[in-house]
Amino acid sequence: MKLTKRALMTGAAMALGLAATGPALAQDKTKVGFVYVGPVGDGGWTYEHDKGRQAVEEHFGDKVETVFVESVPEGPDSERVMTQMALDGADLIFTTSFGYMDPTINVAKKFPDVKFEHATGYKTADNVSVYSARFYEGRAVQGTIAGHMTESNVIGYIGSYPIPEVIRGINSAYIHAKKVNPDVQFKIVWAFTWFDPAKEADAAKVLIEQGADVILQHTDSTAPQAAAQEAGNVITFGQASDMAEYGPKPRVSSIIDNWAPYYIARTQAVMDGTWTSTNTWDGIGPGMVGIGEISDAVPAEVKAEALALKDALASGEYHAFTGPLKKQDGSDWLAEGETADDGTLAGMNFYVEGIEGDIPQ
Amino acid sequence: MLRLEKRRQPSRAFAWATPVLAVVATMIFGGLLFAALGKDPLVAIRTIFWDPLFGQHAFYYRPQLLVKGGPLILIAIGLSLGFRAGIWNIGAEGQYILGAICGAGVGLAFYPMEGWFIFPLMVIAGALGGLVWAMIPGLLKVKFGTNEILVSLMLVYVAEQLLASVSLGLLKNPQGFGFPGSRNLQQYDSAHNAELIAGTGMHWGVAAAFIAVIFAYILLTRHQLGYHIRLTGEAPRAARFAGVSPTRLVLFCLGISGACAGLAGMFEVSGPAGQVTIDFNTGYGFTAIIVAFLGRLHPVGILLAGLLMALTYIGGEIAQSGLGLPAAAIQMFQGMLLFFLLAVDVLTGYRLRLGGATKEGEAA
Repeated sequence: MKLTKRALMTGAAMALGLAATGPALAQDKTKVGFVYVGPVGDGGWTYEHDKGRQAVEEHFGDKVETVFVESVPEGPDSERVMTQMALDGADLIFTTSFGYMDPTINVAKKFPDVKFEHATGYKTADNVSVYSARFYEGRAVQGTIAGHMTESNVIGYIGSYPIPEVIRGINSAYIHAKKVNPDVQFKIVWAFTWFDPAKEADAAKVLIEQGADVILQHTDSTAPQAAAQEAGNVITFGQASDMAEYGPKPRVSSIIDNWAPYYIARTQAVMDGTWTSTNTWDGIGPGMVGIGEISDAVPAEVKAEALALKDALASGEYHAFTGPLKKQDGSDWLAEGETADDGTLAGMNFYVEGIEGDIPQ
Repeated sequence: MLRLEKRRQPSRAFAWATPVLAVVATMIFGGLLFAALGKDPLVAIRTIFWDPLFGQHAFYYRPQLLVKGGPLILIAIGLSLGFRAGIWNIGAEGQYILGAICGAGVGLAFYPMEGWFIFPLMVIAGALGGLVWAMIPGLLKVKFGTNEILVSLMLVYVAEQLLASVSLGLLKNPQGFGFPGSRNLQQYDSAHNAELIAGTGMHWGVAAAFIAVIFAYILLTRHQLGYHIRLTGEAPRAARFAGVSPTRLVLFCLGISGACAGLAGMFEVSGPAGQVTIDFNTGYGFTAIIVAFLGRLHPVGILLAGLLMALTYIGGEIAQSGLGLPAAAIQMFQGMLLFFLLAVDVLTGYRLRLGGATKEGEAA
């Protein structure tokens, strides 16, 4: 009995080893897996990642096979899904939510020959890269438009989770709204979800009732757009995806995550055998962050100003966090002309001066 | 014409046959659904039910059945005791969260000290956390006659807010660059609920689930308290005459189900999950309600139902990535399972009759 058991275990271990090394030799198609936190039809975050996946299929045609699993909870379930993809012969796996960080690292240890790409995290390994987009650059453009457009001077902001990525967005939007409209005030509601149309709609309604006539969202569904449309006279911005179906009003512009070029480049690197572990954080310049068409609801001069800002961010001549800037508590952060370093931005856990309220702790 | 006729006695044979019938019906209608989505139904059903057990990578999936099924079974066993007595704890999800927070909190309080006593303390804290959370609806019910269904359910949302709060504050990893979430307990040996034998999926939570099955079985068949529970469920008036104290029974049933859910949360956070995070809870507490009923509130039935449920989750994921089935189709498939169980359940108490009414039928 003992012997059989041991034999079984050895067999399992061998199979695991084989599966880990097998794919590169056994097949000529490169298999790319995607793990999604939401449904592919969310119209936002996951929708755009899936568009990236489709772009990979289109670009490489028969040379590539893609697979995906949607609505995967963060935690042990995601670890199992990744393992399963690796066992089934995936050569490259994109894990597209922050909460997949530790599971990705765990699975990557077991499959040293499979390449992993984790979105928005900070832990890398020999076979794990991280990638994210400088969404805050897009927020600067949004903030500029929002500051000009608001008549009540109250701008509502639907936050998902109080993590650095979201706080960066709030700060960037606030700084640029304030720049064009010193009377502007931000009201922030935390939804504690990335995707929950009912909660997001409620958050939008609360903000509108509190006088907000501009709604910015860092959640993934189109529910806030619908709520704004219903309320009338409120403008919104598409998040993660263009959400053009709500244009020209309430949706006046958007931040679009464009993962396709990155996914194609990384797949190519795996095919060529040139893939290495990297840390990518791209913005408007390289095209990872796109600004959706600014609609006619926005006056021409505001549109021109927003586009000029977009170009300056793209070329790198202007940084979205340029001093003088103070923290919320009044202490100095950046001196005149100084720009924020990536380390501070990556771990940002404070509001800039002028934003009211506390970051939930 | 088809008619339903009430049985004098619930059919024992059907009580056992309905879960099997429900699974078969789910396979048939699920197969039709998959066919409508343009997939080969036989391949889809095989992928979901066969591949995790006997497919190429079964060596990996079989242990995962235990990992996924363990918490479901442990929670469902606790719930089933109350359900049998007509005490409805719907808030196991919240008690699961509290167990995880308390268990992990105790472990993290000792960080980075190593010691054999840390893990047992975490187990106790986890059970207590769940128990105390379940005592809120319990005490409110016995003192003020509130509805335990509503109160326990509402406390799930409170627990979720508490979870978000500790993930962002009290238990946040100081070395986590400001990101929410606690330290990873998998990297803290004294607090890590590791596999007892590597590669088997067997961790303390799974062991606890098996122990709970045995205890529940003995309690219900051999112990007076188990008799009281069954009696209260089947004939509440008779139970009162027999001297069963409803107050004690409510507190016991809610307490034990809360403690079981708390334990499940604690074993999960210190083992497979590793971290307290905002999204730590993934619905085990609610799915366990389905498992409890699928298992006919019987300990052995729950054991099998928990494993079956785990199978549909794992097989469903394989079907998603392997066959490109949408997640919603898999969820519908799981929903069908409960639907058919409840639908077929009618056969336990009623019998199908063809043709005109008999005298007996008219009387019924």
